[in-house]
Amino acid sequence: MGLKSTLHNLKEKYKGTKMAPAFNALHTFLYLPNETTHNGTHIKVADDLKRTMNTVIMAMVPCLIFGMFNAGYQHYAAFGTPVEFLSWDAFYIGLIKILPLVIVSYGVGLAIEFLFAVIKKHEVEEGYLVTGMLVPLIVPVDTPLWMLAVAVAFGVVIGKEVFGGTGMNILNPALTIRAFLFFAYPTWMSGDKVWVHGAVERAQKIADGAELDAISGETILGGLAQGKDLGYSVADMFYGFIPGSVGETSTLLILLGGLFLIFTKIGSWRIMLSSVLGALAMGLIFNGVVDAGWITESSKFYGLMSTMWWHHLLIGGFAFGTVFMATDPVTASQTNKGKWYYGFLIGFISILIRVFNPAYPEGVMLAILLMNVFAPTIDHYVVQGNVKRRMKRLKVKTA
Amino acid sequence: MGLLSKKDAKLITDPLADNNPITIQVLGICSALAITAELEASIVMSISVLFVLGVGNVVVSLMRNIIPNKIRIIVQLIVVATLVIIVDLVLKAFAYELSKTLSVFVGLIITNCIIMGRFEAFALGNGPWKSFLDGIGNAAGYGVILIIVGFFRELLGSGTLLGIPVLGDPIEKTGLYAIGYENNGFMLLSPMALIVVGIIIWVQRTRNKALVEDH
Repeated sequence: MGLKSTLHNLKEKYKGTKMAPAFNALHTFLYLPNETTHNGTHIKVADDLKRTMNTVIMAMVPCLIFGMFNAGYQHYAAFGTPVEFLSWDAFYIGLIKILPLVIVSYGVGLAIEFLFAVIKKHEVEEGYLVTGMLVPLIVPVDTPLWMLAVAVAFGVVIGKEVFGGTGMNILNPALTIRAFLFFAYPTWMSGDKVWVHGAVERAQKIADGAELDAISGETILGGLAQGKDLGYSVADMFYGFIPGSVGETSTLLILLGGLFLIFTKIGSWRIMLSSVLGALAMGLIFNGVVDAGWITESSKFYGLMSTMWWHHLLIGGFAFGTVFMATDPVTASQTNKGKWYYGFLIGFISILIRVFNPAYPEGVMLAILLMNVFAPTIDHYVVQGNVKRRMKRLKVKTA
Repeated sequence: MGLLSKKDAKLITDPLADNNPITIQVLGICSALAITAELEASIVMSISVLFVLGVGNVVVSLMRNIIPNKIRIIVQLIVVATLVIIVDLVLKAFAYELSKTLSVFVGLIITNCIIMGRFEAFALGNGPWKSFLDGIGNAAGYGVILIIVGFFRELLGSGTLLGIPVLGDPIEKTGLYAIGYENNGFMLLSPMALIVVGIIIWVQRTRNKALVEDH
């Protein structure tokens, strides 16, 4: 109990000073707060904000571990010396590349949270706990750390703190961070090099005159956008033995994480289900267009349009975005009916952007950000619709 | 400021900070977003608006007693359009490349809300000298923001200032680029200009609490 009492003493020591929120946060992060409410009647619930956040992190940990194995696996496969997937060699590469991403993401993000808490004199909010874990999972493995730091600073300050901190943000902070990276440093966020560790470096060496074979680690979506079939099997796509951002490749583990979130009632099953339905609907429409012969193989959209409608769920970041990001309780629709519209449109628009905008081979990021903006509008109309219906009922009754 | 009385000096200094046309009145945003990717374009735009607003305010002020009220907007439009055409032709004659960068936005000075706003709100009711100061002040307030935004966007977006590389050469990998720095492509896109203006507003309101509206 040495640590607990030390933290407790520190907290008491700094009570009422400027730095108090920082020490309070350290204390409550590790242990139960020792303060009880003083007045009024209270219902005790087990899931406070901190526990909610930690549940989501737990759901993501399998994706992170898998991502570490996959980073090494893809690296060795691309460099012509394939290793077993579940090998120490593969994991080691992933560990030394991905752990720094996690540390930088949490370090910068929490530093800014603490800073704002001290300046604005409120308690440190737990909102960054999930964002900090999401960020390393949705970037390419070779993302330079300083870029990540700049993007995290931007995302937390402009995406969240200017609106008033956790719970007040309009846009999902993790996606704000990714969008910033995407638009600011496109060469590091898309193309056929960034997805495999070492490929960018190798390309640089070749450009400098070294006699090496270029490494290509195109993602499936990137390949399809150019009309190439990269030859990954459905099982590969489902289990996640494919190049991509760190934690988004394994649909299986994301599915398990999603079920865990639904089971613990943290994530909304309505959003997840309707988003999948939306994606399938759009996929079927595109397949229908191809079947009807309106699009020929010469079209640049043919590759993505002719992709089997349900394959869209397995490739790219769709599954990850749907399960972990569309369900963010702050930025999603709040009403149950609204969640159906919100989720469906995310799925629908994701596939639409995916197919029609080859410059952005993944549409789920932009689709979720777009729907984040529309979520309050959806809620407004759902609530107004309800009000109208009940007014009508009232009139019928009184008439 | 021996030349100006205290009241006159305020006409110039007020729009620079606490009554800035862009950050406080939120006017003229369109051009602030469109042309600030380069510092040079921002400066030329600022000078153009300075000329149009300064001269235009004086002209409108001189005519204020003979303009029939019903057609005053049209008269104002003719004044500003004339001045803008002069600016446009001068740019085309002496700085053709730059006028191509600014493209349609020189012409769109006509629709810049700041200009019509000052004509309506100030020049129609005040003498030429005061109107001149007011025009210069507001145009300078507009220009200051444009130049700040242009400075950061060009520096962080292209690594240059006025077209001169200041952070090293991105292709030869010298200067900052040698240690892995890269230009921020987002800075060259218009949304980032909006965010930079937003940050300026944030800083300004934090420094001067009187500007914060209470709800």
